[in-house]
Amino acid sequence: MDYEATIGLEIHVQIKTRTKMFTAAPYEYGAAPNTLTDAVVLGLPGTLPVLNHAAIEKCAQLGLMLGCEIAEVCKWDRKNYFYPDSPKNYQLTQNDQPLCLGGEVEIELADPARNAAGEHRWVKLNRIHLEEDPGKLTHEAFDTLIDFNRAGVPLAEIVTEPDMSSSAEAVAFLNALRNLIIYAGISDCDMEKGQLRCDANVSLKPVGSTELGTRTEMKNLNSISNVKAAIEYEIERQRDVLESGNLVVQETRRWDVDQGISFSLRSKEEAHDYRYFPDPDLMPVEFDRNRVEALRAELPERPFDKQRRFEQEYGLPYTVTTVLCPNRELSEFFEAALETHHSPKLIANYVANDLLRELAAGSEHGAQNLKVSACQLTPAHIGTLAKLIDEGVISKQIAKEVFTEMFATGELPDAIVEKKGLKQSNDTGEIEALCREAIAGNEKAVNQYKDGNEKAINALKGPVMKATKGKANPAMLDELLKKLIDEG
Amino acid sequence: MQDLHFKTITELAALLESGELTSVQLMQAVIDRTAAVDEQVKAFLSYDADDALAQARASDERRAAGQALGPLDGIPVGIKDVLAVKDQSVRCASKMLENYVSPFDATCITKLRQAGAIIWGRLNMDEFAMGSSTENSAYQTTANPWNLETIPGGSSGGSAAAMAAGEAIATLGTDTGGSIRQPAALCGVVGMKPTYGLVSRYGLVAFASSLDQVGPFARTVEDAAIVLEAMLGKDLKDSTSIESLGETNYAAALKDKKGPWTLGVPQEFFGEGIDPEVKANIEQAVDWYRGQGCTIVDISLPHSDLAVPVYYIVATAEASSNLARFDGVRYSHRSEAAKDALTLFTKSRGEGFGDEVKRRIILGTYVLSSGYYDAYYKRAQKVRRLILGDFEKAFEQVDAILTPTSPTPAFKRGERTDDPLAMYLSDIYTISVNLAGLPAISVPSGFTESGLPIGLQVIGKAFGEAEMFAIAHAFEQGHDYYKTTPKL
Repeated sequence: MDYEATIGLEIHVQIKTRTKMFTAAPYEYGAAPNTLTDAVVLGLPGTLPVLNHAAIEKCAQLGLMLGCEIAEVCKWDRKNYFYPDSPKNYQLTQNDQPLCLGGEVEIELADPARNAAGEHRWVKLNRIHLEEDPGKLTHEAFDTLIDFNRAGVPLAEIVTEPDMSSSAEAVAFLNALRNLIIYAGISDCDMEKGQLRCDANVSLKPVGSTELGTRTEMKNLNSISNVKAAIEYEIERQRDVLESGNLVVQETRRWDVDQGISFSLRSKEEAHDYRYFPDPDLMPVEFDRNRVEALRAELPERPFDKQRRFEQEYGLPYTVTTVLCPNRELSEFFEAALETHHSPKLIANYVANDLLRELAAGSEHGAQNLKVSACQLTPAHIGTLAKLIDEGVISKQIAKEVFTEMFATGELPDAIVEKKGLKQSNDTGEIEALCREAIAGNEKAVNQYKDGNEKAINALKGPVMKATKGKANPAMLDELLKKLIDEG
Repeated sequence: MQDLHFKTITELAALLESGELTSVQLMQAVIDRTAAVDEQVKAFLSYDADDALAQARASDERRAAGQALGPLDGIPVGIKDVLAVKDQSVRCASKMLENYVSPFDATCITKLRQAGAIIWGRLNMDEFAMGSSTENSAYQTTANPWNLETIPGGSSGGSAAAMAAGEAIATLGTDTGGSIRQPAALCGVVGMKPTYGLVSRYGLVAFASSLDQVGPFARTVEDAAIVLEAMLGKDLKDSTSIESLGETNYAAALKDKKGPWTLGVPQEFFGEGIDPEVKANIEQAVDWYRGQGCTIVDISLPHSDLAVPVYYIVATAEASSNLARFDGVRYSHRSEAAKDALTLFTKSRGEGFGDEVKRRIILGTYVLSSGYYDAYYKRAQKVRRLILGDFEKAFEQVDAILTPTSPTPAFKRGERTDDPLAMYLSDIYTISVNLAGLPAISVPSGFTESGLPIGLQVIGKAFGEAEMFAIAHAFEQGHDYYKTTPKL
């Protein structure tokens, strides 16, 4: 029998707020252990939680970005369980009334061709609710250390429907979700810093069956590649179980990154009874509908919508839009540059290729999350550069030099061109003389051209360019060389 | 002149104001009295005479500089061991918090300090405020000053006994199901529980969050009003706190509001289980009001018999979660026998909590368990709503409700310790008030033949403290029971 997988994901995202979910203690990643706490974070006797409204608004914004319905009332429940990283031994969360309901995320499955658009589909969400992050345990040889810095940080838990069927879909979902969250300014989604964490539910059923099989839940998936590997491992493991005539046991499993395998953490019977009940310390908060509409109006354009618009409005190819659009800053930088000079293809190329290359070269963080704002270039730099090219003031060849210079110094390109005397030469007299020299010096190329090989003209252009230090206008040069050869 | 330690706040404030008395003299008198009688009464778990005298000196200096803060300036107020005072131990009369020192003041303490009050000592109580006799303290058994063989009531037994014995001019207690009013009645002093939300719970170590309120013990109704007025108000650290929706100038109310009132007497509160002497006494009190021109209305609170069972579901459920933070990981008792995280929890809690606390945690854990939640907790909340409905209906025709505070006078030490149900019934007339979130006061209404005090309970409308105080004040001023003090 052939089986197909059903996959659902639960994603925890740390919401970027100045202070924690229920108290004024600040949070930042990487601070010395237990320095970002206060009496409320530590659950000292007599302390009470007080809502951080910014966290609710940001979560609602996330929900709107993902097409969810926003609940009219924001209500809190206690999830009771004993664990040393939990200061109160209960977690404030939203059990039966999540802040955001439903929603869906557009994903793009990678096309085998890589440089062509892949298939798009929508993955349905079940809900998004808010909760507080617990602290962090570090296990040493004989001790376990607790850092409560993270405790109380607002977490949005995004729960999908079991609406994916392969690891590729799960990966595509996570990438799309990540882009949406970063776009909306909810979180930086740095998985290494624990800002985005993922649990995966996997089950197998006979192909075509409508009834879902028994699922297992995989914990501790802290990178997209882990998610992929763990799902693939689990699909194979369950297939083996089923094919050998056994039943899949409903359980929670832990993915071991080093060994690349998962092992059982606890069975359904050992599952916690969380004894949820409404938190008596926090009053339910009514969510003002006008505020929801105001938040909706502030939403940025979604990445795939932008990609489609860039392709239609600017005629940009997929290979460029797929670089520009997942990155809100980059795409906005591009559009801002158009305001200086409307030359979409040229500018898109500079942003997607040259700018990114320079940024990556100077980045400690690798190719993802490159910050355009971290460099000295403004959209006006690139716009002006494109303008200089389009108006024939400099050649693309010279533009490369100007780009490197302006990236390094932050000087505007026209100033660089002026200072270094890089203006392209349109002096036909001088260039004509050089062209004649070139034609005389390369009979072979001339003959090839005459035989119909248009490209042979390039061999003649080289020496002219060299002699003018690249300042000759290439288009003019082309025409001139052809004319001189044709005239014989 | 009457002993200083038995004077009222208003009397003492006048003496301080006129310069006939200094706060240091008053504090010293209270310290001397405490040193003389507390060996018999055992109301205090601890006190710091030097610290109290330093606060008294500061008060005298303020007064000398013409900066006295009002009627509470320089008045010693004793504090129940469940309220956090900065740099003092907050043990909740439990071994669990034997070594815990609070890094912050409860909001009610902050407000008392702002009013100039002297924060005076730690008063004994039932462990974590669970009990009706103060016999559940892990440290000592407090005696009722009227008869040292009997209990002072509970859980705020130390606060009530200290008042009766002249060891403080006012004290603070907390009332979850009658923990202020019942001991006030049994010790012959005034004790009142405010409308839920009127006084911030920040710094009150939670027993049952939706029921707990901080309130004053005092010699007179007027004194209680003075202390309450200093503490009330919306607190940003407690989301359930609220600005009173009623009049809060209580001093003016006592002068202006003279009745006659329409007063309700619920038949359900005079049935089975009431001591005949208590019954006769309260009937006399009702007659007194009638004699003053008040209209007495027989009313019905039909769901009264459900109050105790509902209370023991709601309160224990919340307690099971509130007390989960005492786990041996940080500030609470840590078992030396702990070997791992699980035994750290189980052994620390097993050793740290007393029997009654364990009983309630187990009860609360049970009623919140998956499969039982709807049958118990959810249903109890519905009945709670019905109990409130009974009161709301009654208040359509009456200004306040008169009942006995406790079905019996103080009982003998050890009499009910082996019978939790009999103990729970001590609060049968007070519990429904907490479930409905209403204000109520117990005012001395006479003595039994054997010389034990009896208390009259006046239940007011939500935020109707001003009227409730006025009604109780009228009775008190018509009787002067408060001028009788126990012989120690």
